[in-house]
Order: sequence, then structure tokens, then C-alpha cells
Amino acid sequence: MKVLVPVKRVIDYNVKVRVKADGSGVDLANVKMSMNPFDEIAVEEAIRLKEAGKADEIVAVSIGVKQSQETLRTALAMGADRAILVVAADDVHQDIEPLAVAKILAKVVEEEQPGIVLAGKQAIDNDMNATGQMLSALLGWSQGTFASELDIEGDSAKITREVDGGLQTISVKMPTIVTVDLRLNEPRYASLPNIMKAKKKPLDEKTAADYGVDVTPRLEVVKTEEPPARAAGIVVGSVDELVEKLKEAGAV
Amino acid sequence: MAVLLLAEVNNGELAMDATAKAVTAAKALGDITVLAAGGSAAAAGEAAAKIDGVSKVLVAEDASLGHRLAESTAALIVGLADGYEHIVAPATTDAKNVMPRVAALLDAMVISDASGVVDGSTFERPIYAGNAIQTVKSHDAKKVVTFRTASFDAAGEGGSAAVETISVGDNPGLSSWVEDKVAASDRPELTSAGVVVSGGRGVGSEEDFKLIESLADKLGAAVGASRAAVDSGYAPNDWQVGQTGKVVAPDLYVAIGISGAIQHLAGMKDSKVIVAINKDEEAPIFQVADFGLVADLFQAVPELTEKLG
Repeated sequence: MKVLVPVKRVIDYNVKVRVKADGSGVDLANVKMSMNPFDEIAVEEAIRLKEAGKADEIVAVSIGVKQSQETLRTALAMGADRAILVVAADDVHQDIEPLAVAKILAKVVEEEQPGIVLAGKQAIDNDMNATGQMLSALLGWSQGTFASELDIEGDSAKITREVDGGLQTISVKMPTIVTVDLRLNEPRYASLPNIMKAKKKPLDEKTAADYGVDVTPRLEVVKTEEPPARAAGIVVGSVDELVEKLKEAGAV
Repeated sequence: MAVLLLAEVNNGELAMDATAKAVTAAKALGDITVLAAGGSAAAAGEAAAKIDGVSKVLVAEDASLGHRLAESTAALIVGLADGYEHIVAPATTDAKNVMPRVAALLDAMVISDASGVVDGSTFERPIYAGNAIQTVKSHDAKKVVTFRTASFDAAGEGGSAAVETISVGDNPGLSSWVEDKVAASDRPELTSAGVVVSGGRGVGSEEDFKLIESLADKLGAAVGASRAAVDSGYAPNDWQVGQTGKVVAPDLYVAIGISGAIQHLAGMKDSKVIVAINKDEEAPIFQVADFGLVADLFQAVPELTEKLG
């Protein structure tokens, strides 16, 4: 079985986000970029499927600017076998919307015929939480979102999902799309020899036009602002003072 | 202009708080028809009919809709979509599972977690863990939106909308429910609680989380946790507050042993009053706290629990 893993290049989760002065978005020029943390979990899960003998090939795919090939090299260094870069934007500030990404991925799935697509549940930049569900819809496949456990048994998979009230386990027909949550696994670090080897692994470069997908955004950005700041609070000296202040504020 | 609002239904019961908050968010968009779908949904439909601002309720009952499986629920909504310009839901995990699927089937881009409504096509939503608020204008014929419940007050009760039972199409049969593991708790639900007491990595162990729970019980509060506490195994994931967990905005939020990583602040900084107890005076949580106490939580929390009596 082949596993397809979409990965996204996003601002590193440790970087302090700054809104651009013109309100068009967040400043991404000369900022450290990394693989979306949820996508790392998806890559790791794909590698574990291969190690367990349930998968034989892992294909990583990224859709965005040309620099996304760095993200793909990370996936290759972790253990993916080959990569596909779909260049869909020139400017690092242009985010390709989940609907357009899902349309391109649907075409990649048609070509590659994977048995499963493992994706992160959300990207930490636009926080949309949508691409996996949209891809599943376009393909008419089953979906298992927010997965914390995955167990593939022949032509079905058992997926435990993180939901508001606790955990839900469902059984889905294969092929399927799984979007992964934090507790599915702990991703490995790529070793130096594997980083060197990754440079020789195949990386195909395509464009959105190759797949005939229009990536024009459906959501026009009107403005981007800093959230309102909270007024400075006070430091209290003791539990007694805290209780007193809370009573004064009518909070208890 | 008509709005189809997917009610939050859990095991046949309406989640009133989440649904009524979405009704408030959607009021300005047009006449609201609520869809109550599930293995059993009639009682939920009757409850939704009483929410102020609801014009009509559709009840769809079928085994295939039980446990809100995404494929069958999305197919049902898409089948109903013709008469509506907006298809909306509270941004629960159920809706986040279903609504992007609905949007893709309608060739529309979903607007996730909207925190404000500007007009019928323009919405505000937090991005980058709430570090920026983006206003977006949709150019799609149908707008598919989930609303961040913490950003809206619940609509009141007192309405009496007509309830209609609708037929359900064939089950696509792509997935089936196996089991739910829902933690039984007498505490209020995290996203609708008036008071939330949360613990972080500083609590140190699952056993010591009892300190957090005792204070919560004294205050009639829900219990929350930071991602660090969840990752360390001190607390279950459904307690997680933050970018990848739940977003809460209670009247009082007490953060204990939580440093205040951006990811956590994203889930609680709209709370009305924030209290932070942490022994590290440099912890970023103090920058958003109304009342900060620099202290060892193992002494301060039992003392606070006692003195709030």
C-alpha cells in the first residue's frame, strides 16, 4: 500500500507572529519556516506503517511556494521515499486555500492511487482545519479526522478520534483520509546521515496549472489586525489578597 | 436570505449552549432554519424550536446519522442546501468534521471558527493561534461557516418554531460507529462553564491534578489543562484549552502552573477575569492575567480552595 502525506510549510511555531503594517496578512519575509507540526505527526505515522509492513511506499507532497521543497526534504529525511512539489504561488505571503489544495491533492491521488492519505488536522497558520475533510469529499472517500489511534485491518481501518466529549472510535472503509491529532505519536528527528540521503531522493516538481486547478482565493482578505490587547493586571501578594480582589471584582 | 444551521446533537439531546450561541452569530444573516440530525433527534429538534430567533426546525432521524458520522451528515446537508445562502454551525469537533466536507461538495471555501460577522459575506476569524484577526470576504455563492462559540452569547429561549420531519437519503456506507469513551463528570462542560480552573505542566503529576480539581469543585467550575499538561499525561485531551484544544471565554479563568505559551493563550485570553498562579514571575501568563499571584501552587492552591469556602 502506498501512503500519501501532504505537508505544509508554515511559520515555525516558536516564532512571534507580526501583522504586516498594510494589514494584508502576517509578515513571513525572513522568518524561520518549518513543517506544520501536525504534518510531522502524519509523516511519522506513515513511516510507522511502513516499518510495520503495512505500507510499502511513502510519497510526500507539498503545495505552495518553491521554498516548500525544504519542507519536503525534511519529510524525506524523516523517512518518506519520494516527494512531489506543486508550485502554486510565487509570493511567500500567498496562502493556498484548503479547497484549492484539496483539488490539487485529488488529482495527485488519481495519479498515485494511494491506499491512504495521512494529513495534519490543521495548519498552525490559517487554523482552518479543512483540507483533509475537503479532499475526502472530492474523492468520495471515507474520513477519520482528529485521529489519536489508527489501526488498519485489511479493507477497513479503526480510528480513534479526539472529540469534544472524549474519544470516539469509528470504522472506515479503505481507501481513506485520516487527519492526525497530537497524541497519535511523537515524530522522530531526522538524523544527519538521513538528511544527507534525503538530498538524493527523488523530488518531482509540478505546477498547479499541470493539474488544471485554479488557485484563486475564494476568501478575499479585507484586513488583518492584531487582536485587542488586555489591560495590564496587578500582582497580588497573598492568597488572602487574591480572594479579596476576586470578591471585589464580583468574580467569586 | 435563508440560513441553515446545523444543531449540535449528542446522543439525541440538543447541546443548547453551543447551538444557541451559533443562533446569535447567525441572526444577522437571515431567517434561521435549524437542522437537528441524528440517530434520534426529535427531542433535540423540539428543544431547538424554543431558541429565540429560530424560524423553523428540520428533524432528520436515521441510524446512519447517529454519532454524527461525517459522510452521511454532509450528504444530508448538501441535499438540503438549495434553499439556503448560508450553511452554518457552532465550531464543535462534530461540525469541524462535517462542515469542510459540506463546503467542498458545494465548491465553496469553508470559513472556520468565525469570531465575528461583518455582513452576509464578510467574517472575522482568528489566525495564527489568535495572534491575528483576519477579516475575509467570501466570493462563493453559498457561505459555509462555523462559529467560535466563545465569541457569542447564547440566544435566549421563548421561541416556538414549527418542527418538520424530513426524509433521509441513502447511507453512503463509508464509515460506522464503534464506540464512544466519554468521561462521565458532574462538572459543567468546559466550553460553556462560567468558571474554568486549568492546570499546566507545573502541576507535575496526574495525582497532583486533584488540587486543580478540588479548587474547581469548590468554585463549581470546569477543569481545563494546557497542552503541556495533556502531553505529560497529567490530564485527558478533552480538557485541553488552546489553539488545538477548546476555546473558552468564562467569567473567571484560573490558570495554575501554566506558563502561558501562545498556543494556550489562544484558547482563553477572551475570558473576562483571568487569575494566574505560578512560581515563575517571568511567566508570560502574567501578561494577560488580571490578578497574578507569584507563589508555589502546592501551598497557594489548597489555601485558596479553603479560603473560598
